[in-house]
Amino acid sequence: MKKLLAVLLTAGTLFSVSAQSSETAVIENVNNGGVASLRGITELDTTRQADELKRVIKDRSPIDRDYVYQPPLVPHQTRHYEVSLNANKCLSCHSWKYAGEMGATKISVTHYQARDGEVLADVSPRRYFCLQCHVTQADAKPLIKNDFQRVDSLR
Amino acid sequence: MKLILNFWRKLTAPSKAAVGTVLAMGFLGGIIFWGAFNMGMEATNTEEFCSACHAPIVKELKETIHYSNRSGVRAICSDCHVPHNWTDKIVRKVQASNEIVAFLMGKISTQEKFEARRKHLAVREWQRMKENDSQECRNCHNFDYMDFSEQGPRSRKQHSTALASGEKTCVDCHKGIAHQLPDMSDVPGW
Repeated sequence: MKKLLAVLLTAGTLFSVSAQSSETAVIENVNNGGVASLRGITELDTTRQADELKRVIKDRSPIDRDYVYQPPLVPHQTRHYEVSLNANKCLSCHSWKYAGEMGATKISVTHYQARDGEVLADVSPRRYFCLQCHVTQADAKPLIKNDFQRVDSLR
Repeated sequence: MKLILNFWRKLTAPSKAAVGTVLAMGFLGGIIFWGAFNMGMEATNTEEFCSACHAPIVKELKETIHYSNRSGVRAICSDCHVPHNWTDKIVRKVQASNEIVAFLMGKISTQEKFEARRKHLAVREWQRMKENDSQECRNCHNFDYMDFSEQGPRSRKQHSTALASGEKTCVDCHKGIAHQLPDMSDVPGW
């Protein structure tokens, strides 16, 4: 009985040792080939230190659009604005009911249309999650240089 | 039985002890009683005490600015939900004895039960805040010391008009600032 136990134990340790060595072998093979990407030249298996958080614009006048059909950008903070099954904080100013009184931009009429174009009496569920298209802004440096130009009509 | 009778006789009959002793005993008893009373009041004002029943709502608070912010000043449940003024505080504490019954009946003992009662609880609290002109907000956020030039245009517009004239009170607009909201479909302004 004792012998059997000893054999089992040694087999166990040997197995775990071999498993560990194969794991380290895998990690040694991880290599980014010296290519710098948006996340820098960090090895794939290491976690790069996160960038500093950007400060969101607190509150300003509406931001001009860069192209036709661009969802207007959010020129104010939206921290802790609840958009859930129970409540939609954005609509308490931007809905057609309150926009005038609050001096806010009214949501577009397209938000009352269902997928097949039929007009609904209230905001269409597919348009309910405002921050999916309308985003807050921060003064951040573009990650990649780009030569985007506005169309003539918006210049 | 005899012991109680003897004690009663001692309470009703004039004492042979010196007035000083009786006074000293009275003072000492008073201090102990008042201390214990205050300790009880404070113990039932702590976050731990509240979260014994309202655990889900304490979790929600952690994401909000009243829990975590740049300067580390924070509010606990009782800062907003228990009046600071002594008499109002006692009134609220007496009302709270009703909430012990709710606890014993397990009215919000699960997340589902709590969600079902969220609207009821929220509406009651909004009503209370509306009636006392959002006193618990104003305990920290004093209108007289608000610097509109430091506020964003949106806040300035509301605070310098509707709030300044007293037409609106804090809670009219600032709902769900420390908790998630209930179904808001029939709430004015939503």
